[in-house]
Amino acid sequence: MRVNGVDHPVPHDARRLLADHLRHDLKLTGTHVGCEHGVCGCCTVLLDGAPVRSCLMLAVQAEGHDVTTIEGLARDGKPLHPVQQAFHDAHGLQCGFCTPGFVMSVVGLLAQHPEPTAEEIDEGIAGNLCRCTGYASIRRAVRLAAELSR
Amino acid sequence: MKPPPFEYHAPATVDEVCALLGSLEDAKVLAGGQSLIPLLNFRLARPAHLVDINRVDGADRIYERDGGVAVQALARQAAVEDSELVARVCPLVVDALRLVAHRVIRNRGTVCGSIAHADPASELPAVLLALGGHVVARSTRGERTIPAAELFAGVFETALAQDELLVEAWFPASGKPSAILEESRRHGDFALAGVVRAGDRLALFGVAPTPVLADPRDPGRGLKPSGDLEATPDFRIHLVRALSEKAFAA
Repeated sequence: MRVNGVDHPVPHDARRLLADHLRHDLKLTGTHVGCEHGVCGCCTVLLDGAPVRSCLMLAVQAEGHDVTTIEGLARDGKPLHPVQQAFHDAHGLQCGFCTPGFVMSVVGLLAQHPEPTAEEIDEGIAGNLCRCTGYASIRRAVRLAAELSR
Repeated sequence: MKPPPFEYHAPATVDEVCALLGSLEDAKVLAGGQSLIPLLNFRLARPAHLVDINRVDGADRIYERDGGVAVQALARQAAVEDSELVARVCPLVVDALRLVAHRVIRNRGTVCGSIAHADPASELPAVLLALGGHVVARSTRGERTIPAAELFAGVFETALAQDELLVEAWFPASGKPSAILEESRRHGDFALAGVVRAGDRLALFGVAPTPVLADPRDPGRGLKPSGDLEATPDFRIHLVRALSEKAFAA
Protein backbone atom coordinates (compact mmCIF):
# COMPACT_ATOMS: atom_id res chain seq x y z
CA MET A 1 0.00 0.00 0.00
CA ARG A 2 1.02 3.57 -0.58
CA VAL A 3 1.03 5.82 2.49
CA ASN A 4 1.61 9.54 1.94
CA GLY A 5 3.27 8.77 -1.38
CA VAL A 6 5.59 6.03 -0.10
CA ASP A 7 5.07 2.33 -0.82
CA HIS A 8 4.94 0.00 2.18
CA PRO A 9 4.32 -3.74 2.46
CA VAL A 10 1.12 -4.69 4.28
CA PRO A 11 1.52 -6.38 7.67
CA HIS A 12 1.59 -10.17 7.83
CA ASP A 13 -1.06 -10.38 10.51
CA ALA A 14 -4.49 -9.79 9.02
CA ARG A 15 -5.77 -8.81 12.46
CA ARG A 16 -3.77 -5.56 12.38
CA LEU A 17 -6.18 -2.62 12.06
CA LEU A 18 -5.14 0.10 9.63
CA ALA A 19 -5.09 2.64 12.50
CA ASP A 20 -2.73 0.49 14.56
CA HIS A 21 -0.56 -0.28 11.55
CA LEU A 22 -0.14 3.43 10.80
CA ARG A 23 0.68 4.28 14.40
CA HIS A 24 2.68 1.32 15.66
CA ASP A 25 4.37 -0.06 12.54
CA LEU A 26 4.81 3.07 10.40
CA LYS A 27 5.14 5.42 13.42
CA LEU A 28 2.66 7.85 11.89
CA THR A 29 1.22 8.84 15.24
CA GLY A 30 -0.67 11.85 13.87
CA THR A 31 -3.61 9.54 13.27
CA HIS A 32 -5.25 9.39 16.68
CA VAL A 33 -7.26 6.53 18.10
CA GLY A 34 -10.18 7.31 20.39
CA CYS A 35 -13.13 4.95 20.56
CA GLU A 36 -11.82 2.25 18.20
CA HIS A 37 -15.28 1.41 16.97
CA GLY A 38 -16.07 4.12 14.48
CA VAL A 39 -17.90 6.67 16.62
CA CYS A 40 -15.40 9.43 17.48
CA GLY A 41 -13.81 10.06 14.08
CA CYS A 42 -10.28 10.70 15.45
CA CYS A 43 -8.69 8.03 13.26
CA THR A 44 -10.10 9.34 9.96
CA VAL A 45 -7.67 9.05 7.02
CA LEU A 46 -8.10 9.34 3.25
CA LEU A 47 -8.38 6.09 1.30
CA ASP A 48 -7.97 6.85 -2.40
CA GLY A 49 -8.94 10.42 -1.57
CA ALA A 50 -12.13 9.72 0.41
CA PRO A 51 -12.22 9.91 4.22
CA VAL A 52 -12.68 6.59 6.04
CA ARG A 53 -12.26 5.33 9.60
CA SER A 54 -8.86 3.62 9.89
CA CYS A 55 -10.05 1.75 13.01
CA LEU A 56 -12.75 0.05 10.92
CA MET A 57 -10.42 -1.36 8.29
CA LEU A 58 -7.85 -4.10 8.35
CA ALA A 59 -4.44 -2.90 7.19
CA VAL A 60 -4.30 -5.75 4.65
CA GLN A 61 -7.39 -4.27 3.00
CA ALA A 62 -5.36 -1.18 2.06
CA GLU A 63 -3.12 -3.28 -0.22
CA GLY A 64 -3.03 -1.63 -3.63
CA HIS A 65 -4.66 1.52 -2.29
CA ASP A 66 -3.51 5.03 -1.55
CA VAL A 67 -3.67 6.15 2.09
CA THR A 68 -3.18 9.76 3.17
CA THR A 69 -2.74 10.61 6.84
CA ILE A 70 -2.49 14.03 8.48
CA GLU A 71 1.30 13.80 7.98
CA GLY A 72 0.74 13.59 4.24
CA LEU A 73 -1.15 16.88 3.87
CA ALA A 74 1.87 19.19 4.27
CA ARG A 75 5.19 17.41 4.00
CA ASP A 76 8.83 18.40 4.31
CA GLY A 77 8.31 21.89 5.72
CA LYS A 78 5.90 22.89 2.95
CA PRO A 79 3.12 25.37 3.83
CA LEU A 80 0.16 23.96 5.72
CA HIS A 81 -2.74 22.51 3.77
CA PRO A 82 -5.58 25.09 3.49
CA VAL A 83 -7.71 23.08 5.93
CA GLN A 84 -4.86 22.97 8.47
CA GLN A 85 -4.23 26.69 7.99
CA ALA A 86 -7.92 27.44 8.49
CA PHE A 87 -8.09 25.41 11.73
CA HIS A 88 -5.03 27.35 12.93
CA ASP A 89 -6.38 30.77 11.95
CA ALA A 90 -9.94 30.19 13.19
CA HIS A 91 -8.89 28.50 16.45
CA GLY A 92 -10.62 25.32 15.35
CA LEU A 93 -8.75 23.30 17.96
CA GLN A 94 -7.93 23.38 21.63
CA CYS A 95 -6.38 20.19 23.01
CA GLY A 96 -5.83 18.87 19.49
CA PHE A 97 -6.71 15.24 20.06
CA CYS A 98 -9.64 15.21 17.62
CA THR A 99 -8.01 17.62 15.16
CA PRO A 100 -6.33 15.21 12.71
CA GLY A 101 -9.65 13.39 12.27
CA PHE A 102 -11.55 16.65 11.77
CA VAL A 103 -9.01 17.90 9.24
CA MET A 104 -9.19 14.69 7.19
CA SER A 105 -13.01 14.68 7.29
CA VAL A 106 -13.11 18.32 6.20
CA VAL A 107 -10.70 17.64 3.32
CA GLY A 108 -13.25 15.04 2.17
CA LEU A 109 -16.18 17.38 2.80
CA LEU A 110 -14.67 20.17 0.69
CA ALA A 111 -13.85 17.74 -2.10
CA GLN A 112 -17.55 16.82 -2.18
CA HIS A 113 -18.89 20.34 -1.51
CA PRO A 114 -16.28 23.02 -2.39
CA GLU A 115 -18.68 25.73 -1.18
CA PRO A 116 -20.58 24.01 1.61
CA THR A 117 -23.78 25.42 3.09
CA ALA A 118 -24.13 25.66 6.87
CA GLU A 119 -26.16 22.46 6.77
CA GLU A 120 -23.55 20.64 4.69
CA ILE A 121 -20.84 21.75 7.13
CA ASP A 122 -22.80 20.37 10.09
CA GLU A 123 -23.48 17.16 8.19
CA GLY A 124 -19.81 16.90 7.19
CA ILE A 125 -18.43 17.23 10.71
CA ALA A 126 -21.23 15.38 12.54
CA GLY A 127 -19.21 12.17 12.56
CA ASN A 128 -16.34 13.71 14.51
CA LEU A 129 -16.48 14.38 18.23
CA CYS A 130 -14.75 17.32 19.91
CA ARG A 131 -14.95 17.78 23.67
CA CYS A 132 -13.22 21.19 23.84
CA THR A 133 -14.38 23.70 21.27
CA GLY A 134 -18.15 23.41 21.30
CA TYR A 135 -17.84 23.21 17.49
CA ALA A 136 -18.49 26.93 16.79
CA SER A 137 -14.85 27.61 15.96
CA ILE A 138 -14.67 24.41 13.93
CA ARG A 139 -17.60 25.55 11.80
CA ARG A 140 -15.79 28.85 11.25
CA ALA A 141 -12.62 26.94 10.35
CA VAL A 142 -14.51 24.94 7.70
CA ARG A 143 -15.94 28.10 6.15
CA LEU A 144 -12.47 29.66 6.14
CA ALA A 145 -10.96 26.49 4.67
CA ALA A 146 -13.46 26.67 1.80
CA GLU A 147 -12.35 30.26 1.13
CA LEU A 148 -8.65 29.41 1.34
CA SER A 149 -9.14 26.45 -0.99
CA ARG A 150 -10.60 28.56 -3.80
CA MET B 1 -4.52 -6.73 18.40
CA LYS B 2 -8.13 -5.79 18.91
CA PRO B 3 -9.94 -8.34 16.75
CA PRO B 4 -9.83 -11.98 17.88
CA PRO B 5 -7.81 -14.40 15.72
CA PHE B 6 -9.31 -15.39 12.37
CA GLU B 7 -8.12 -16.76 9.10
CA TYR B 8 -8.27 -14.15 6.35
CA HIS B 9 -9.38 -14.94 2.80
CA ALA B 10 -9.41 -12.47 -0.07
CA PRO B 11 -11.04 -14.14 -3.08
CA ALA B 12 -11.13 -12.35 -6.46
CA THR B 13 -14.41 -13.61 -7.91
CA VAL B 14 -17.96 -14.25 -6.69
CA ASP B 15 -17.51 -17.95 -7.54
CA GLU B 16 -14.45 -18.12 -5.29
CA VAL B 17 -16.40 -16.38 -2.51
CA CYS B 18 -19.18 -18.95 -2.81
CA ALA B 19 -16.70 -21.84 -2.89
CA LEU B 20 -15.09 -20.56 0.32
CA LEU B 21 -18.43 -19.99 2.05
CA GLY B 22 -19.47 -23.48 1.02
CA SER B 23 -16.36 -25.17 2.38
CA LEU B 24 -15.40 -23.20 5.50
CA GLU B 25 -16.89 -23.68 8.93
CA ASP B 26 -17.90 -20.51 10.77
CA ALA B 27 -17.06 -17.93 8.08
CA LYS B 28 -18.27 -14.33 7.95
CA VAL B 29 -18.35 -12.12 4.86
CA LEU B 30 -16.43 -8.86 5.23
CA ALA B 31 -17.81 -6.13 2.95
CA GLY B 32 -17.65 -2.51 4.16
CA GLY B 33 -16.82 -3.64 7.68
CA GLN B 34 -18.56 -0.72 9.35
CA SER B 35 -20.62 -3.05 11.55
CA LEU B 36 -18.52 -6.23 11.52
CA ILE B 37 -15.18 -4.66 12.46
CA PRO B 38 -16.59 -2.90 15.57
CA LEU B 39 -18.05 -6.27 16.58
CA LEU B 40 -14.60 -7.83 16.10
CA ASN B 41 -12.90 -4.98 17.97
CA PHE B 42 -15.25 -5.55 20.91
CA ARG B 43 -14.79 -9.30 20.47
CA LEU B 44 -18.54 -9.71 20.35
CA ALA B 45 -18.03 -11.67 17.11
CA ARG B 46 -15.37 -14.37 16.83
CA PRO B 47 -15.67 -15.94 13.40
CA ALA B 48 -13.03 -18.53 12.52
CA HIS B 49 -12.77 -17.20 8.97
CA LEU B 50 -13.23 -13.81 7.35
CA VAL B 51 -14.02 -13.83 3.65
CA ASP B 52 -13.14 -10.33 2.43
CA ILE B 53 -15.11 -9.58 -0.76
CA ASN B 54 -13.48 -6.19 -1.37
CA ARG B 55 -11.13 -7.59 -4.01
CA VAL B 56 -13.94 -9.04 -6.10
CA ASP B 57 -14.06 -7.14 -9.40
CA GLY B 58 -17.26 -5.89 -10.95
CA ALA B 59 -19.49 -6.50 -7.91
CA ASP B 60 -20.25 -2.85 -7.22
CA ARG B 61 -22.72 -2.01 -9.98
CA ILE B 62 -25.85 0.06 -9.45
CA TYR B 63 -28.25 -0.50 -12.35
CA GLU B 64 -31.86 -0.32 -13.45
CA ARG B 65 -33.71 -3.63 -13.43
CA ASP B 66 -37.42 -4.53 -13.68
CA GLY B 67 -38.53 -0.96 -13.07
CA GLY B 68 -36.42 -0.61 -9.93
CA VAL B 69 -32.79 -0.30 -8.87
CA ALA B 70 -30.43 -3.20 -8.27
CA VAL B 71 -27.46 -2.58 -5.98
CA GLN B 72 -24.65 -5.12 -5.99
CA ALA B 73 -22.77 -6.41 -2.97
CA LEU B 74 -19.85 -4.00 -3.05
CA ALA B 75 -21.67 -0.79 -3.98
CA ARG B 76 -20.75 1.67 -1.22
CA GLN B 77 -23.52 3.57 0.49
CA ALA B 78 -21.93 6.87 -0.59
CA ALA B 79 -21.97 5.78 -4.25
CA VAL B 80 -25.63 4.81 -4.02
CA GLU B 81 -26.41 8.10 -2.24
CA ASP B 82 -24.75 10.03 -5.10
CA SER B 83 -26.22 7.90 -7.91
CA GLU B 84 -28.41 9.87 -10.34
CA LEU B 85 -30.19 6.66 -11.26
CA VAL B 86 -31.16 5.95 -7.65
CA ALA B 87 -32.22 9.59 -7.13
CA ARG B 88 -34.49 9.32 -10.17
CA VAL B 89 -35.96 5.85 -9.73
CA CYS B 90 -35.88 5.31 -5.99
CA PRO B 91 -35.29 8.59 -4.12
CA LEU B 92 -36.50 6.95 -0.89
CA VAL B 93 -33.22 5.01 -0.77
CA VAL B 94 -31.25 8.26 -1.00
CA ASP B 95 -33.36 9.79 1.81
CA ALA B 96 -32.72 6.71 3.92
CA LEU B 97 -28.97 6.67 3.29
CA ARG B 98 -28.63 10.25 4.56
CA LEU B 99 -29.81 8.91 7.93
CA VAL B 100 -27.30 6.04 7.96
CA ALA B 101 -24.43 7.00 10.29
CA HIS B 102 -22.18 9.64 8.70
CA ARG B 103 -20.74 10.26 5.26
CA VAL B 104 -17.31 8.97 6.31
CA ILE B 105 -18.92 5.68 7.36
CA ARG B 106 -20.98 5.57 4.14
CA ASN B 107 -17.80 5.97 2.09
CA ARG B 108 -16.93 2.45 3.16
CA GLY B 109 -20.19 0.80 4.22
CA THR B 110 -22.28 -1.09 1.68
CA VAL B 111 -26.05 -1.20 1.11
CA CYS B 112 -26.06 -5.00 0.86
CA GLY B 113 -23.95 -5.28 4.01
CA SER B 114 -26.48 -3.25 6.01
CA ILE B 115 -29.26 -5.51 4.79
CA ALA B 116 -27.37 -8.73 5.52
CA HIS B 117 -26.37 -7.42 8.96
CA ALA B 118 -30.10 -6.90 9.73
CA ASP B 119 -29.80 -4.56 12.67
CA PRO B 120 -33.41 -4.08 13.85
CA ALA B 121 -32.86 -0.30 14.17
CA SER B 122 -31.27 0.25 10.77
CA GLU B 123 -32.96 2.08 7.94
CA LEU B 124 -32.23 0.09 4.78
CA PRO B 125 -33.89 -3.20 5.80
CA ALA B 126 -37.08 -1.26 6.60
CA VAL B 127 -36.92 0.53 3.25
CA LEU B 128 -36.52 -2.79 1.43
CA LEU B 129 -39.51 -4.16 3.34
CA ALA B 130 -41.72 -1.09 2.81
CA LEU B 131 -41.03 -1.11 -0.94
CA GLY B 132 -41.49 -4.86 -1.25
CA GLY B 133 -38.01 -5.40 -2.67
CA HIS B 134 -35.90 -8.53 -2.62
CA VAL B 135 -32.33 -9.76 -2.42
CA VAL B 136 -30.49 -12.23 -4.60
CA ALA B 137 -28.45 -14.84 -2.72
CA ARG B 138 -25.84 -17.01 -4.39
CA SER B 139 -24.04 -20.15 -3.30
CA THR B 140 -22.38 -23.11 -5.02
CA ARG B 141 -25.88 -24.65 -4.97
CA GLY B 142 -27.22 -21.89 -7.20
CA GLU B 143 -28.99 -18.58 -7.00
CA ARG B 144 -32.28 -17.70 -5.36
CA THR B 145 -34.39 -14.63 -4.78
CA ILE B 146 -35.56 -13.87 -1.25
CA PRO B 147 -38.41 -11.33 -0.89
CA ALA B 148 -37.87 -8.76 1.87
CA ALA B 149 -40.92 -10.09 3.71
CA GLU B 150 -39.15 -13.47 4.10
CA LEU B 151 -35.62 -12.18 4.64
CA PHE B 152 -35.54 -10.79 8.16
CA ALA B 153 -35.74 -13.56 10.73
CA GLY B 154 -34.68 -11.93 14.00
CA VAL B 155 -32.19 -9.60 15.63
CA PHE B 156 -29.15 -9.69 13.29
CA GLU B 157 -30.65 -12.79 11.67
CA THR B 158 -31.73 -13.35 8.09
CA ALA B 159 -32.93 -16.22 5.94
CA LEU B 160 -29.51 -16.30 4.23
CA ALA B 161 -27.81 -19.67 4.68
CA GLN B 162 -24.24 -19.93 5.98
CA ASP B 163 -22.91 -20.63 2.49
CA GLU B 164 -24.83 -17.86 0.71
CA LEU B 165 -23.56 -14.47 -0.41
CA LEU B 166 -26.04 -11.61 -0.76
CA VAL B 167 -25.01 -10.55 -4.26
CA GLU B 168 -27.66 -7.97 -4.97
CA ALA B 169 -30.49 -6.00 -3.38
CA TRP B 170 -33.36 -4.84 -5.56
CA PHE B 171 -35.47 -1.83 -4.63
CA PRO B 172 -38.70 -1.19 -6.59
CA ALA B 173 -39.26 2.39 -7.77
CA SER B 174 -40.46 4.68 -4.98
CA GLY B 175 -42.56 6.94 -7.20
CA LYS B 176 -45.64 7.24 -5.02
CA PRO B 177 -45.54 9.45 -1.90
CA SER B 178 -42.66 8.17 0.14
CA ALA B 179 -40.87 9.25 3.28
CA ILE B 180 -38.54 8.00 5.98
CA LEU B 181 -38.67 9.60 9.42
CA GLU B 182 -36.83 8.61 12.57
CA GLU B 183 -36.00 9.89 16.02
CA SER B 184 -32.52 9.45 17.47
CA ARG B 185 -30.66 11.03 20.36
CA ARG B 186 -27.85 12.32 18.20
CA HIS B 187 -27.55 12.79 14.45
CA GLY B 188 -26.23 9.59 12.89
CA ASP B 189 -27.10 7.36 15.84
CA PHE B 190 -29.28 4.32 15.45
CA ALA B 191 -32.92 5.36 15.69
CA LEU B 192 -35.01 4.92 18.84
CA ALA B 193 -37.83 4.33 16.39
CA GLY B 194 -38.43 5.04 12.73
CA VAL B 195 -41.05 4.74 10.02
CA VAL B 196 -40.87 4.28 6.26
CA ARG B 197 -43.81 5.19 4.06
CA ALA B 198 -43.93 3.83 0.52
CA GLY B 199 -47.25 4.76 -1.01
CA ASP B 200 -49.90 3.14 1.17
CA ARG B 201 -47.41 0.83 2.87
CA LEU B 202 -45.80 1.49 6.22
CA ALA B 203 -42.75 -0.25 7.70
CA LEU B 204 -41.38 0.37 11.17
CA PHE B 205 -37.85 -0.06 12.49
CA GLY B 206 -36.25 -0.01 15.93
CA VAL B 207 -39.40 -1.33 17.61
CA ALA B 208 -39.24 -5.10 17.02
CA PRO B 209 -36.58 -7.79 16.44
CA THR B 210 -36.93 -7.12 12.69
CA PRO B 211 -38.40 -4.33 10.58
CA VAL B 212 -42.18 -4.87 10.46
CA LEU B 213 -45.04 -3.82 8.24
CA ALA B 214 -47.83 -1.98 10.05
CA ASP B 215 -51.31 -0.67 9.43
CA PRO B 216 -51.04 3.09 8.76
CA ARG B 217 -54.39 3.64 10.52
CA ASP B 218 -53.13 2.04 13.74
CA PRO B 219 -49.34 1.73 13.50
CA GLY B 220 -48.78 0.97 17.20
CA ARG B 221 -51.13 -2.00 17.33
CA GLY B 222 -49.58 -5.21 18.63
CA LEU B 223 -46.13 -3.68 19.06
CA LYS B 224 -44.05 -4.81 22.01
CA PRO B 225 -40.81 -2.83 21.67
CA SER B 226 -38.07 -3.29 24.23
CA GLY B 227 -37.07 -0.54 26.61
CA ASP B 228 -33.59 0.69 27.40
CA LEU B 229 -31.86 3.70 28.95
CA GLU B 230 -32.75 5.85 25.95
CA ALA B 231 -36.43 5.05 25.48
CA THR B 232 -39.18 3.17 27.27
CA PRO B 233 -41.47 0.82 25.28
CA ASP B 234 -44.33 3.33 25.62
CA PHE B 235 -42.18 6.15 24.30
CA ARG B 236 -41.19 4.05 21.28
CA ILE B 237 -44.86 3.34 20.52
CA HIS B 238 -45.60 7.04 20.90
CA LEU B 239 -42.81 7.83 18.41
CA VAL B 240 -44.15 5.29 15.92
CA ARG B 241 -47.61 6.86 16.06
CA ALA B 242 -46.33 10.43 15.82
CA LEU B 243 -43.87 9.70 13.01
CA SER B 244 -46.42 7.67 11.03
CA GLU B 245 -48.94 10.49 11.26
CA LYS B 246 -46.30 12.90 9.97
CA ALA B 247 -45.29 10.55 7.15
CA PHE B 248 -48.89 10.16 5.97
CA ALA B 249 -49.74 13.86 6.35
CA ALA B 250 -47.40 14.76 3.50
